[in-house]
Amino acid sequence: MNMIFRRQNLPLLVTALVFVVLFGAFSVAFKNFLSLRVVTNLFMNNAHVGIIAVGLTFVILSGGIDLSVGSVLAFATVLVATLIGKFHFHPGTAIALTLLCGAVFGAGQGFLIQSYQLPPFLVTLAGMFLARGLAFMVSAKEMAIEHGFHRALAGLGLPLPGGVAFGFTACVFVVVLLVGLWIAHLTRFGRNVYAIGGSESSAVLMGLPVARTKVMIYALSGFCAALGGVVFTVQAQSGNPLNGFGMELDAIAAVVIGGTLLSGGVGQVAGTLLGVLIYGTILTAPDYLSGFDSSWQRIAIGGLLLAFIILQRFLSRASTPGG
Amino acid sequence: MKMNLFPSLRHLFPLAAVAILPLAGCDKQPPVGNPKPGKTLTVGFSQVSAESDWRVAESKSMKDEAAKRGIDLKFSDSQGKQENQFKAIRSFIAQGVDAIILAPKVETGWEEILKEAKQAKIPVVLVDRGIKVSDDSLYVTLIASDFVAEGKLAGEWLAKKTGGMARIIELEGSPGAAPAIDRKKGFAESIAAHPGMKIIASQSGDFETGKGKEVMETLLQQHGKNITAVYAHNDNMALGAIEAIKAAGKKPGVDILIVSIDAVRAAFTAMVAGDLNCTIECNPLLGPLAFDAVEKARKGEAVPKKTVIEDRVFDQSAAAAELPNRKY
Repeated sequence: MNMIFRRQNLPLLVTALVFVVLFGAFSVAFKNFLSLRVVTNLFMNNAHVGIIAVGLTFVILSGGIDLSVGSVLAFATVLVATLIGKFHFHPGTAIALTLLCGAVFGAGQGFLIQSYQLPPFLVTLAGMFLARGLAFMVSAKEMAIEHGFHRALAGLGLPLPGGVAFGFTACVFVVVLLVGLWIAHLTRFGRNVYAIGGSESSAVLMGLPVARTKVMIYALSGFCAALGGVVFTVQAQSGNPLNGFGMELDAIAAVVIGGTLLSGGVGQVAGTLLGVLIYGTILTAPDYLSGFDSSWQRIAIGGLLLAFIILQRFLSRASTPGG
Repeated sequence: MKMNLFPSLRHLFPLAAVAILPLAGCDKQPPVGNPKPGKTLTVGFSQVSAESDWRVAESKSMKDEAAKRGIDLKFSDSQGKQENQFKAIRSFIAQGVDAIILAPKVETGWEEILKEAKQAKIPVVLVDRGIKVSDDSLYVTLIASDFVAEGKLAGEWLAKKTGGMARIIELEGSPGAAPAIDRKKGFAESIAAHPGMKIIASQSGDFETGKGKEVMETLLQQHGKNITAVYAHNDNMALGAIEAIKAAGKKPGVDILIVSIDAVRAAFTAMVAGDLNCTIECNPLLGPLAFDAVEKARKGEAVPKKTVIEDRVFDQSAAAAELPNRKY
């Protein structure tokens, strides 16, 4: 019990509470909202964003940022589609190669950031354009994936009561979350990430392998973005160079809503899960209203997001003495 | 304007209430939805986007028709993203809607999500374009225009007008989009019978006015006096081309004949002004047909697997009379 209610966990608890309140309010307001299916939908709809957000959590924890993730996702979707469709790779091989490409791309960015002391914002902004360009180079238009194995992946899922299935993509998201939690809290790499985010110069003075860790952080983020892309292809059964446009911002929003500070050093992978669920809940609200037109949908999402952030700030200030 | 805004605001209210609810600590919000008891149908409509006049008109047609029939319509704009359409369909299933109308963004990837709908016994009506699925029973019917026929009509009109002699610039739609592919095909088929008609250049203007203008400017520089006609895959690109032709010091509609597809209101205005020569209608007012199909499917009546909407040809002589009737 003491472990859970430690002071450093308070913001996380507040975020959890806010999610429960938000979900509760929607359950009261909307018919059939409080159901296993809606919770499953949250995981299914946001699997790709969630996977990206887990990788991004490490980047932001270390005080960096990765703007390339949406484009890397797009690149991954067309690469998987092309390897299967044009070069007749088995989906398993295509997926493995794509994940490797994502990790190498991320590591390249990390290497530039670390060895030339460049701002992550600019390096990954360039990476964003580069990856998008590569995606268009691989395939200029949408490409369908027609392979029995890939289709079978989409059909996999854990059956839940009420005819609901917790699909393959959602399962991958949960696995990524668990691995993320393990890396963040139980490995030396995870502790180094927090140390670098807290104070990079102190981390150097303490003799931590800062350079290697930073390259690995961006490699992890690139890997997660590519995995997000793979999950995306399983869901859509196609690759498209236009996928994931602006998704980096969705993922950053989810991480920040989950309580990770953009300045680094503070935050948790578990918070990112809550951030993804909260963001997903807000995005899904307009689907439950009648006769809503698109401009109002966007205004409503913006308004809800803002209201939520203010509430969260208000609650966490109240819960931290002197904060 | 005020009358239009009011219902939207009213619908926004529950959301606003939800947003402040946690702060107020009050949870007495009554359920949203149809206040009247009885068997009102609830239908979810997943629209691709609101970026063109055509889409906006289609959405409005759905909303108006639903209101007319007393159907509770859940409208979701996917902002051009297929994953948002998945999200919307899942939300519709979770709400237990009576039917789903889907305007699919692309042809592929619908198999699994439509299986979810089928398992929940919710009929799906497709509008605008078909999808590739292994099992036809995943949807009730497809209501769409025949894009190939539209291209053919455009070609036939131009052949008649020019006596089979034309050097044509083709402004294509977005690469890979079904309307662009089919409208190109239909046009090519109909002019094949006239050896005097040649397409001297064909480029994509992405269905956008600005892009259409840009492409036309370049092509005017390259081919200049050679061009006698323009065929645009939609009105917006034709309107852009008209601007480019004017800027080059030529008279659109006279020096260069222009034919396009969609028949939006702006095209009629351009025809009345003499800038555009002809437009082929691609009717976005699918609401009545879509809800007919929904109601038939709910009653278990047979519905044809595909309904093709008949398109009409409008030239300058018909423009002035038709303009006041154009809703979009």
